[in-house]
Amino acid sequence: MVSKDKNRRLLLQGNEAIVHGALAAGCRFYAGYPITPASEISELLSVKLPQVGGTFIQMEDEIASMGAVIGASLAGEKSMTATSGPGFSLIQENLGYACITEVPCVVVNVMRGGPSTGLPTNVSQGDVLMSRWGTHGDHPIIVLAVSSVNDCFSLTVRAFNLSEKYRVPVIILSDEVVAHTRECMTIPDQDKVRVVDRIQPNVPPEWYKPYADNNRGVPDMASFGEGYRHHVTGLIHDERGFPTQQPKEIDRFLHRLHDKITKGFPEIVLSKTIDMEDAEVCVIAYGSVSRSAMMAVKKAREHGIKAGLVQMITLFPFPRKVIDAALRQCKAAIIPELNMGQMSREINRVNQSGTAIIKMNRIDGQLITPDEILKKILSVS
Amino acid sequence: MKNDSRYEIRFSGSGGQGIITAAVVMADAVGSLDGKYVCQTQSYGPEARGGKSKAEVVISNGPIDYPKAMHIDLLLAMTQASCDAYFFEIKPEGLLIVDSTLVEQVPTSRAVAIPFTAIARKEIGRELVANMVALGAVGYVSGQVNLKNLEDALLSRVPKGTENMNREALQAGIEQARKVDISNLPRSFVNEWEEEF
Repeated sequence: MVSKDKNRRLLLQGNEAIVHGALAAGCRFYAGYPITPASEISELLSVKLPQVGGTFIQMEDEIASMGAVIGASLAGEKSMTATSGPGFSLIQENLGYACITEVPCVVVNVMRGGPSTGLPTNVSQGDVLMSRWGTHGDHPIIVLAVSSVNDCFSLTVRAFNLSEKYRVPVIILSDEVVAHTRECMTIPDQDKVRVVDRIQPNVPPEWYKPYADNNRGVPDMASFGEGYRHHVTGLIHDERGFPTQQPKEIDRFLHRLHDKITKGFPEIVLSKTIDMEDAEVCVIAYGSVSRSAMMAVKKAREHGIKAGLVQMITLFPFPRKVIDAALRQCKAAIIPELNMGQMSREINRVNQSGTAIIKMNRIDGQLITPDEILKKILSVS
Repeated sequence: MKNDSRYEIRFSGSGGQGIITAAVVMADAVGSLDGKYVCQTQSYGPEARGGKSKAEVVISNGPIDYPKAMHIDLLLAMTQASCDAYFFEIKPEGLLIVDSTLVEQVPTSRAVAIPFTAIARKEIGRELVANMVALGAVGYVSGQVNLKNLEDALLSRVPKGTENMNREALQAGIEQARKVDISNLPRSFVNEWEEEF
């Protein structure tokens, strides 16, 4: 009865599916501060984490939350926080610290209308470029955009896996629509979930160099409290973890930070294409908007128009290959977004084939409808 | 997904009437128990009570792309304000169900009017469960859900000790809806309007 019940189809919100994904990936530490529309993640984890021996802390704000997440990860726990716009602003300072110290962690940002406290209960995609460049300095980071309850589960697992493998913070960009839409999913058995753990050093503590390069470009990571004493700093550091101002060491360090992600592109950069084989017009979308786009493309096909969809799943590193191919193939690309065109600018940046890039922007707190996109497709066909 | 297999229900009323709960139970029954594809969404403001409340359930035999309602097949209006606001978004051959305790001016004769709140108060003893009386009627009239599964989904989601009250409320709604002969209603809102000319 129990096992039958476990595999039951569950009606879950996107936020709840993120919790189940995090637990399946091995997340055992959460620090956060409640904020609409991300609060359900805190709420459910505050119940679930203690049940599996994990730790839930409600912190005084998001700056401290991110600090706690980094600390817990250094101590060996897979850690996460979740927030929305105003909290995401506060997280940025320590997010940079996680980037330079190469501390694996997952940050969920459920986008709502901004700037500032903006529209707490309405949908937006206004934090796209902030998720890439919110913290200062040249830094690598991975940003994944979810569009459904299933995505929320599977991409959260993937976010933890990538974070552990590449020792890099991973941002999950959700939005109010995805977060609060309920859909059915079956949570897979734990042994069917592919879980990646950080690689621990296999040398004696006295030989351990915490930031030593290897063929993966990702140093082995010892947990605090296991005898591998080492120094962690936000200053550029040498392979022992101590500050350095040697140009050679600085250069080597920063290049390694970027190169480890570049090497991982095939695994990191994800996208989905629908009806692109013979498409003459494409819609490029991500997050909840990609669902409107999917219906618009299907309706366009019913009108006899060769339309296709490129759904960006990894927003950063930018999925240049698939976008470039789509732009070369199509005479026009429509980019519907719930912002003033943050991604369409990125897409135009790689546009070498003179394809018409058509922005579609909605910033009134409502989701773009399929009919709006369809009209645009019809107008360029 | 074929568009014609899409069935859209909007539950509407005022904050505090349990509009979203009713929609969630419907979605749970259709999705988790009946095994169809379902998307349940809602829109809400910052206030906890009062103000318009709206929740939607989209049902389909295939995967659902756009998760919100576009052309409503069935509108439940638990207040006059929500009836007035959303009536015009029903598609021509759609259907309106109103709580006739609170909706005094029904804008069409293609409507099922049942006094959900009065039934909850008089028959069950708690006005609180008017949403579940209404859910029973929505479940029956829509023909989109196995009514046994609807009851199971409801019972799995209500607080312990309130099962009987909620079950009775749901069944009262189903009973009332059974008495209505939908085939006797005008076939479409449009026909009705045209006949007036």
